[in-house]
Amino acid sequence: MTTTRRDFLTAAAASAGAAMTPDLSQTHQHDHDGHQAVPSDPALRVKALESLLVEKGLVDRVALDVLVDAYEHKIGPRNGARVVARAWSDPTYKQRLLKDADAAIAEMGYGGLQGEHMVVVENSPKVHNLVVCTLCSCYPWPVLGLPPVWYKSAPYRSRTVIDPRGVLHEFGLGLSEDVEVRVWDSTAELRYLVLPERPEGTEGMSEEALGALVTRDSMVGVAKVSASKAGNAA
Amino acid sequence: MNGVHDMGGMHGMGPIVEDKNEPVFYQEWEGRIFAMNRAMGAWRKWNLDASRHSKEVIPPAEYLRMSYYERWVAGLVGLIVQSGLTTLAEIESGAPASGSMKAVPALTANKAVALVENGVPASRNVNVAARFQVGQRVRARNMHPVGHTRLPRYARGKFGTIDRDHGVFVFPDTNAHFLGEKPQHAYSVRFVARELWGAQAAEKDSVYVDMWDDYLEPA
Repeated sequence: MTTTRRDFLTAAAASAGAAMTPDLSQTHQHDHDGHQAVPSDPALRVKALESLLVEKGLVDRVALDVLVDAYEHKIGPRNGARVVARAWSDPTYKQRLLKDADAAIAEMGYGGLQGEHMVVVENSPKVHNLVVCTLCSCYPWPVLGLPPVWYKSAPYRSRTVIDPRGVLHEFGLGLSEDVEVRVWDSTAELRYLVLPERPEGTEGMSEEALGALVTRDSMVGVAKVSASKAGNAA
Repeated sequence: MNGVHDMGGMHGMGPIVEDKNEPVFYQEWEGRIFAMNRAMGAWRKWNLDASRHSKEVIPPAEYLRMSYYERWVAGLVGLIVQSGLTTLAEIESGAPASGSMKAVPALTANKAVALVENGVPASRNVNVAARFQVGQRVRARNMHPVGHTRLPRYARGKFGTIDRDHGVFVFPDTNAHFLGEKPQHAYSVRFVARELWGAQAAEKDSVYVDMWDDYLEPA
């Protein structure tokens, strides 16, 4: 982590507006004095920030623990995989899912923060859907959890809209020219989930066994689902 | 604003790097700043759009150099200082200003559970007429606001088709600056890839961009 304390304060002051400029000049003064009031390491900085906010009574540490635990242990792509497996197994559920994703996903017990307004888009032999957020990192948390680093990274955000086939190729997925690629840029509060194609050779598999095949990447649209677990990368 | 965050279509950002064994948070502090953003948001001194904007105003060179959650640190500090919840002096010193009152946290553990489970809908149940119909040809406005917008540069001035009407949503361009929610219809607008990128794009491909009424004009 190379961000220095001055960078951090500059960015903070930029966010806080021009009114903060006088304070910033003071912090530069401190730099010249070699006085390190704020640690430059993000871990220490965040720790100091948390202590301050707790001391001011602005945050409750237990509430923070609850939020971290929810996304580390409870909410993740297994949720989305169960939705997909059910859609593969139950044609009427699939219809509801494509028509009113919020209600159909709620049927499975999922919903909430950053999944308030869901849209499910279906892949087929002729159509391949791919989801991106070029402006920040919008992603359907209740069904996929928090986004991986690559999804939030500049390479993925910049290139997916202009060169989706190149991006897919980088993920090891080559599509023939007669497949239509649809890229969904999450610029509003709609959150997109790709319903991948059910792989050949999975006839007769239980919903649970199907769910185990469904990967996060296939639900973002950067991979297909393979009939064997070993064939699925992530 | 025409910031570096508006990345769609840029070149030179390098290869996509995927970690097959990626944890939810690489380091503990990432989880803490993630949670603090939510907990501080419960004070309702700002909204989701303002929170997004707080990261967009990070100077471009720093934005690109910072890790994702470092941007969250900078954004949150900006928001809490701007809203008066803390002072920059307190952030610097790490201690509350002497004589300051101790608050009672807005987000308790129970409320955190409810927040995760219920979310914060951005739709509004108000009767606003849609200015465009599904199937209608539209043009994204050529506009360059200096404040927050969710209209990406690559789509401005381009022709597309209304693919679906999502209903009425809060309008980010005003909401981010506390100028009102200005609820209006949001749509998925389909742009043929060649309309956006020219002949180098595959003929059949398209990009769907979510857009509000105020981003569009009839074509």
